[in-house]
Amino acid sequence: MTAAASPADTFRQEAQELLEQLEAALLDLEERPDDHALIDTAFRALHTLKGSGAMFGFDALAAFTHHVENAFDLVRKGRLAPSESLIGLTLAARDHMRALIEDPEAADAATGTALLARLTEVVGSPAEAAAPAPVAVPDEVASTTNSWRIRFRLPPGAAAAGTNPLLLLDELRALGSFDVVALTDGVPAVEDIDPATLYLAWDGVLTTTAPRSAIDDVFLFVLDDMELKVEPLDASSAPPRLGEILVERGDAKAETVQQAVQSQERLGEILVKTGAVSGDAVAAALVEQRHLRDAEVARSAAKAADSIRVPAERLDDLMDRVGELVIAQARLRQLAIGSGNLALKAVAEEIERLAAELRDTTMVIRTVPIGSLFGRYRRLVRDLSRDLGKEVELSTAGEDTELDKTMVERLNDPLVHLIRNCIDHGLETGDGRRDAGKPPTGHIQLAAVHSGAEVLVSIRDDGRGLDRTRIRARAEEQGLVAAGAKLGDAELYQLIFHPGFSTAAAVTSVSGRGVGMDVVKRTIEGLRGTVEVDSTPGQGTTVTLRLPLTLAIIDGLLVRIGDGRYVIPLTAVEECVELTTAEDGRSRGTSLLNIRGDLVPFLRLREMFAATVPADAYQKVVIVSTGDLRVGLVVDQVIGDHQTVIKSLSKLHADVDCFSGATILGDGTVALILDVPHLVEFGQVREERQRAS
Amino acid sequence: MTRWSGNRTLEVVTLALEGNIFALEASVVREILDLVPITQVPNARPFVGGLINVRGKVVPLVDLRVRLGMALKPPTIDTRIVVIELAGDGATLIVGLLADKVYEVTEVAAAALEETPRIGLGWPAEFIRCVGKRGDEVIVVLDIDRAITADPHAQPAAAA
Repeated sequence: MTAAASPADTFRQEAQELLEQLEAALLDLEERPDDHALIDTAFRALHTLKGSGAMFGFDALAAFTHHVENAFDLVRKGRLAPSESLIGLTLAARDHMRALIEDPEAADAATGTALLARLTEVVGSPAEAAAPAPVAVPDEVASTTNSWRIRFRLPPGAAAAGTNPLLLLDELRALGSFDVVALTDGVPAVEDIDPATLYLAWDGVLTTTAPRSAIDDVFLFVLDDMELKVEPLDASSAPPRLGEILVERGDAKAETVQQAVQSQERLGEILVKTGAVSGDAVAAALVEQRHLRDAEVARSAAKAADSIRVPAERLDDLMDRVGELVIAQARLRQLAIGSGNLALKAVAEEIERLAAELRDTTMVIRTVPIGSLFGRYRRLVRDLSRDLGKEVELSTAGEDTELDKTMVERLNDPLVHLIRNCIDHGLETGDGRRDAGKPPTGHIQLAAVHSGAEVLVSIRDDGRGLDRTRIRARAEEQGLVAAGAKLGDAELYQLIFHPGFSTAAAVTSVSGRGVGMDVVKRTIEGLRGTVEVDSTPGQGTTVTLRLPLTLAIIDGLLVRIGDGRYVIPLTAVEECVELTTAEDGRSRGTSLLNIRGDLVPFLRLREMFAATVPADAYQKVVIVSTGDLRVGLVVDQVIGDHQTVIKSLSKLHADVDCFSGATILGDGTVALILDVPHLVEFGQVREERQRAS
Repeated sequence: MTRWSGNRTLEVVTLALEGNIFALEASVVREILDLVPITQVPNARPFVGGLINVRGKVVPLVDLRVRLGMALKPPTIDTRIVVIELAGDGATLIVGLLADKVYEVTEVAAAALEETPRIGLGWPAEFIRCVGKRGDEVIVVLDIDRAITADPHAQPAAAA
């Protein structure tokens, strides 16, 4: 399970992040077309995709991305406006890139060609496209002779890392005629020279028949850290003057050169003699350049040290080990308590504390901010709002809220569905909103927040709200509720999660088939979470997903029912009270408990689980909450809190839904974990059946 | 139903249930345990009413007596748990089986294996792979996969 991922897989993972960055940048750019930082982000993402893609053999991706990158290069240089059509097109191109990354064979080449054709249209005349060397057909270029200006500087540690710059130069010479000058301005005074550090940079002109990609290939293995500038030289025009070259290369400011030209006739002399350019100006420019580079190097170095990539399976393995440790620790604790040996007890306590800390740390390692998930929906909202002709704005809150990685992945589908529902059913059209006195742009808010050992994820819209009468009518029609039955809001809204339930008058391509809300509920319950709906007519609907922080270990309350021990998830527990004999006797018929004035129904778990051993004299009631319902569970004994490592039940027990799993106790026996929502449901059904008979 | 032909032999683990000798293909058997504490699962199907801890794994415990239509009996000092591993769709399923007694790992010659007679056995034929003879003893080789994963709602056929 811990086999190292193949390089291609690593690239796919990285590419996925880059695509997400690209998409986020594009969507932001749509709102703030003047933001240069965004343009740069998009360009960098495209550039890296192309570069790494070529390196890992994703040639189709590299060729395709090259054209998009060119377009963004123009945008970056201010020669092309980031118009809506360009962004739309780039988003489509991003989707195609994704296809190319996932399965280059299966990706539709026609889509790519069509996208590129449209891109050319948007970009304008091909002459304007920078460096239009068609990477897809590099062989065509090979026959012509081109001159390239190549300037490169290896990172200072390159020589120590095993890169020999001389070999790079030799390789370039092998391509054609190559004139090169070493730039020694970076070399410090002799006493400051570190022999292992590379201070030189090189600047040369290569005239070759080889295509551009051949030059890139020379630098293939050092490309990531080095500075490399390859620019085509137009050999047909007259040779440029020295000043022009310096300006073009960024070595001198146009004004400085201009001044120099004006004050003297021979520019070369001035530059050498006065020091105006070759001294301060050149040095300043170089210092600035070096400064920027150092900052970048420091940043990327710091980044590399701060985070490492670990395959998810290893974390799963780690979690399994921690689970086993927690179980072993529980046994140790039991033995220590039984032994009466104080020293042993002290060690056992120490280990208990360490195990708990290790568990928490491991859980934190597995968590990722939910923002990575939220980011994906901006595109969904954008596309849907166009398809449906509704103006929709998405805002997010609590992106930093951290959640187990597996959970975040499994939340995607339910959230997509809920957002689709919001836009399709929840939000009115622009006209409808104006009539209702609301701003024409609909608003959806995605928010996540920690609440104790749970995370609440909510999707709130400011649309028309759920139609209570329609839901009721539809439910009665489908026979889900008896006509005229009394239902609370929460109960009524839960009906929309019933399989096949849809009040939509018309089925659209987006939703309305009544498939989905039940899947949402099932998925969330599979994650040991719950779904709550709240709605105000005319004001909007809020769907709240209540999720546990982790799937693997929970805090539980250990109880005994008959001779069996069970774990109740502590998140569901509100309080424990004693069932007085008076209440026990009085409530034979009604099963209601008076908790500080509130009437709380209770379930006798002894009866539900058919316990055979005699009941304890003083029964306890554990008050649990599920949704907004409070229910008492009558047990024989409350044993105490218990670190519960959840083991799922096999498919042989798939039909038993009162239990969400099992765990192993300190003495090695197995205890079942109660699934509170299902247990309450089961209890209600059972009670109704008893009443009927 | 598998036909056994040629001079192949079948390696089996033999066990006792209600005085009869049954056999499981040795390839599915993972280990044999002494009786361990069993956790009852309320409202589960009777043939799979318990859970046990097998080296840190929670494993369902199947009582074949229910499947084979025998009366339930409390465990004795000879009672063992045979832990088997079945390749299900996607994941392997680990199951414990209650046995009155476990005898040995043995080989049954193909010649001794006969196709299941439809009548006269007294057990539901669908859970039986074939019948073998060893000396005077009759060994019933169970189709354990089917005995465990058969449709939960189907009742075992009535004993003949």
